Formats: sequence, structure tokens, C-alpha cells
Amino acid sequence: MSIFIDESTKVVVQGIGSQGTFHAKRNQAYGTHVVAGTHPKKGGTTWEGLDVPVFTSVKEAVTEAGANTSMVMVPAPFTKDAILEAYEAGVETIIAITEGVPVHDMTEVYDTVVRRGGVRLLGPNCPGLISPGKSNVGIIPADITFPGKVGLVSRSGTLTYQIMHELAQAGIGISTCVGIGGDPVIGTQFLDVIEAFAADPETDAIAFVGEIGGAEEQKAGAWIRDNIPDIPVVGYIAGFEAPEGKQMGHAGAIVKEGGEGGESAAEKKEILEGYGISVAMNPSEAARLMIERLQQG
Amino acid sequence: MDLVEFQGKQLFGRNGVPVPPPGTACRTVDEVVAAAEKHIGDGATAVMVKAQVKTGGRGKAGGVKYAPSVDAAREHAEAILGLDIKGHIVNVVYIEPASDIAEEYYLSVMHDRVNKGHLIICSREGGVEIEEVNRTNPEAVVKRTLLPAESVGGLNIGTARGIVAEAKFPADIVDETAELLVKLFAAYRDEDATLAEINPLIKTEGGQVIALDAKVTLDDNAAFRHDGFSEWKIEGIDADDPLEAEAKAKGIQYVKLDGSVGVLGNGAGLVMATLDVVAQNGGRAANFLDVGGGASADAMAESLGLVLKDPSVKSVFINIFGGITRGEEVANGILEAIKRLGDFPQKLVVRLDGTNAEEGRRILEEAASDSVVAAATMQEAAATAVELASQA
Repeated sequence: MSIFIDESTKVVVQGIGSQGTFHAKRNQAYGTHVVAGTHPKKGGTTWEGLDVPVFTSVKEAVTEAGANTSMVMVPAPFTKDAILEAYEAGVETIIAITEGVPVHDMTEVYDTVVRRGGVRLLGPNCPGLISPGKSNVGIIPADITFPGKVGLVSRSGTLTYQIMHELAQAGIGISTCVGIGGDPVIGTQFLDVIEAFAADPETDAIAFVGEIGGAEEQKAGAWIRDNIPDIPVVGYIAGFEAPEGKQMGHAGAIVKEGGEGGESAAEKKEILEGYGISVAMNPSEAARLMIERLQQG
Repeated sequence: MDLVEFQGKQLFGRNGVPVPPPGTACRTVDEVVAAAEKHIGDGATAVMVKAQVKTGGRGKAGGVKYAPSVDAAREHAEAILGLDIKGHIVNVVYIEPASDIAEEYYLSVMHDRVNKGHLIICSREGGVEIEEVNRTNPEAVVKRTLLPAESVGGLNIGTARGIVAEAKFPADIVDETAELLVKLFAAYRDEDATLAEINPLIKTEGGQVIALDAKVTLDDNAAFRHDGFSEWKIEGIDADDPLEAEAKAKGIQYVKLDGSVGVLGNGAGLVMATLDVVAQNGGRAANFLDVGGGASADAMAESLGLVLKDPSVKSVFINIFGGITRGEEVANGILEAIKRLGDFPQKLVVRLDGTNAEEGRRILEEAASDSVVAAATMQEAAATAVELASQA
């Protein structure tokens, strides 16, 4: 099985510019059901290269084409409205790839979409997710992995690919790989994904990649200790060498100067290890730990 | 983006948050003397000479001085201009008419990442670090998280009054402070700040409540709706590292660090991991640089050029995971970048993994560039880069 997306996922793409088209085509070629695109002025036309209809609104894509998932690829200034439109239109899942969304915009979106519930929002500033062999929504390279039983969740894109690749080389496949994104305010948190993996009968082990900043990894760690102590869980926290007060690429990857603590990689590692979770010092070690845990049976 | 004090006060002032009478930002002792003469001539009893740097603890470091005369202002300016405060060199001082302080308080609004809302902190004890007050006298610190749904159209005056009263402000200034808090909250929202902090907020001898200091951080992601925050960009005020400034101008994610191994990779997480692996192999990274997903020849040349500009870089670790961009494209991008950059003494340790990595490695091998040392794994690449840096 898998979480969040599978064979029944039907995607409408909001933002059908060059990036949106490029990635939607790749997703479609993988077998994802891309059913429509939206554009405020191109409603009624056909999306070139994908051969699916373009609608003016997400609502039409839901009623006319049966879309149940939206992939948001519009530029940052329009992302808040795009997510809210998808929410109002009644899709089940919203995957916001766009980076650079203002934090106040996302704080409002979080209030409406996540706190009110009923709709899953992934991202923004995330690579999307893949359930190998079933569906790929977003920008994750699909050909470096294959179906399997490890669930992977991460704040980082390429770092996830690295671990996925190393697992694949050891013959280990993935149930679902979820990129939750590197922004301070995101819709789906570590814990949400880990709870879903725990409930998925075909995910037997979980690998996660955290980063400096925030405290979501710890929250997930406490839950893992209390609820799924017998499932193999391996992690890595990127940024042991990141100085305080400097943003490391991702908007959310910053250890606040004079903050309350718990935001550095070393502190997170210590806290997680206190929960009985193996935390590696680098991505290759994380992959190796997972391989060892699975080979032990 | 962080503002310095006088910019923060400008931002507060235009949003109706009371601040002291406007002062003058100065870069030289002569400018300070002229400004002090003007403000004292205009009736100020004294001026403050305040270092404009983007870090806390200015007072402790000797960067904030009271000057009852023009001569005193000159003396302080001579001491403060050029002062190093936690690695920030003071290039600008702010000369401001001194305020009479009867009492000092603390007030701030910041984005609350944990609760996905807005956090208001208010304390009767100001003028010292709020973290310190929180440790020694937590009852004196009132914290209130507001969700966006609770602050549609701004902060409610009743809510503001409740917070200020709970912090036990003197009864005669509760209303005035509550009004100030409403305006501070509006400034924070409307200007897309993630932090708007007043420490100290003071009551003057005359009973007025004003912001004596201002610490403001703006959300870079919101620059598009504020004309790129261009009004706040002032040359050399509290100079960012020059390479960081250049990178920012080019839209490259770059952070200067203090080691000798230049680092370049695709994806913020992978680059952070690269810094970690360099350290685990006994070295120190000279920088963080994310070339972005594509790692095209253009991006590679621009980024590599920037890394090599840093004189402390003795070797470079290029760490690329080929995803959608395949290994051969990345390899060709690296070779093209080397060609464009001409001669440079540092070796580039290249570690390519992911889609078509073997093909990419073969291309690099066949090109037989003197600059390139290929490595099969992150560990091996890090060890090699550290070794090369220590030999150079």
C-alpha cells in the first residue's frame, strides 16, 4: 500500500507554465493520472503535450474531470489564493511545490486549510511525493526507486533522493516518499506523515530526514516512542555544522539566535536518541542503518 | 532581512507607533558633530550616540552612549565608529535626541512557528534581555499566541488591553500602551515582518509611552509586495559579508563560513549534509552554496566563480545528486564552468550520484581536466577535499 497518493489519485495542475508543464508531463509519463490543468484565461483549451483539458477553475476540474488532488505550481505571490481555491473546490489533497511563499500568507492558509481539517495540504516549498509504481506528484525523480516497504519522509529534496537511491542500490524499495518541505509553516508535518505510515499495513520501516530549525522532529520522535516502538525508524538531521542565526537555503532551516534551544542538529539528535531512535551523522549512514535494521529482520 | 534601529524606528513611526524625535544617521565623526550641534541647538538636552549594527548587546559592548554635549558626542563617535560588536563592524551611528526615562518595559510581536500564529510578548521588565527575564522572573513575562482567525482586521484593542494589564503595567498607561500594541501589530502584519520588538519600551518623565529601541526582521519572501524592500537597502550599513551580498544580488543561496573547503551542491539539505561530512572528516567548510535543482552550466559557472573568490578556499567539494537533471548534463556543466573560469589553483573534488551518475563520471574522466578529482562517495569526496585543503 502507500499513503496520501495511489492509483486513484487524479491530479489537476494549478500553474501550467513551463515548469508546471515539464513536471506534469513527467508525472503523466510515470503513470500518474493528470486529468486537467487550470489557467484563468485558457479555459476550454487543451493542455498541449499532456492532451488533457484546461479549465478556468479548480472547481470545474473537480466536477468535469474528477480531480481529487491539486498540484500547485503557480508563482509565490499567487500561491495563497491558489491553495485556498483548491480547498474551496473540494479536492482531498493539495500539493504545493512553489517556493518563496510569504510566511504570513502560509499562516493564514494553515488556519483555513489545516486547522479546519478535511483536506491534506503538503508543502509549500516541497518536492511533492511518490508512491512508487502507483503515482508520482511533484518533482521527485521517479527512476531512482521502486516499490517496497520503507516509508520515507523529509524536509529536503535531494537529500531524500540520495537516501532513496542508496536504499535502492541495496535492494530496498519505498512505499511512499513524502517531501514535506523546508518552510517554517507547512501543511503536513513530520508527525502527520509518520502517523500515516504507522497505519499503513505495507510500510514496515520509516526513514526520516530532518533539518535544523523548529521542533517538529522532536514531536514526531515522542509519538514514535509512545506508539510504534517496534517499527524500525532511522533518521538524519541535516545541519550539524550550521551556525546560529544563519538561514541555510530553506526558509525554515535556521537555528534562532538566543532562542529557546532544541533547534540545532546536535540537540535534535540527542532528543531523538533519548526516544530510542537511531539518528545518523550523514545521509549514507542513515541508509546503512536502515539496511542493517531490515537485514536483521 | 534585518533592519537596524533607526530603520526600525522609521517603520514604527510611519505606522503610528510613538518613537523619539527623529535623529540623524552618520558615517563620520564630522557628521556626528554636525548632527549633535543641530539636535542640541534645536533644544535637545542631550543626544544618544548609538551603533547601528544588526546584533544585540550593543549597550554592553560600549556601542550606545549618552552625550550631554557636542564634545561628548564627538568623543563617543570616535570610539564607536569602527568598533567590532560580535563580529559586526560599526559603520553608522545614529544620533538621537535623548529621552527622559522614568520606566522601562518590553513589548514584541513575532511569528510563532510552533503554533502557526502570532506571538505577543509583554513584560513590565524591559531594557534587559527578555530571555533573561524569562529565566529569572517568568511571572513578569506575558506571552499570548494569536491565530490569524483571531486577528482578522488587526489586533482587537480589548485583547491588547488585557495583555498589557496582565503584565501589570501602571494603570495610567495601560490604554496608551494597548493602543501602541495595536499599531505595532498592524505594522508587523502590513510590513510583512516576522519580528517587531521594542526593548525598551519606555515611559518618559512626562508620562508618554514610546519605543526607545526597534528590532525588526522582514520576511524576504514577501519582498515582492514591498518593492523588493529597496527602501531599506543601504550600502555598507552593517556590511553583510561582501560575498554573501554578491550572492544575494545574483539570487544564489550562499552563506559564508569559516573553513577552507569550498562547498557547492544541489539542494539545501544535501549542501547542509555536505558541510556535516566535511567536518566529520576533520575539515571545515568555507561556505554553504546551493546551486539549485538543475545544476546547469550557467548556474555552475556562476556559483563556482563565487566560491573561488573566497581567498580562504583551498579546495572545493562539488556534491551533486542527479535527479531529473542527469549525470552527463551535470558533468558537462562542470566542465563548461571550468572552461569559463580559466585558471585557478584549487582542485575540485567532484562527487556525482543518482541518475546516470556513471555516465557523468565517465565524461569527467575522459575530459581529464587537471582541476577535477573524481570521488565515488560523499565520504571519500569529503576526505579528499579536506586532505587537499590541508596540503594547499
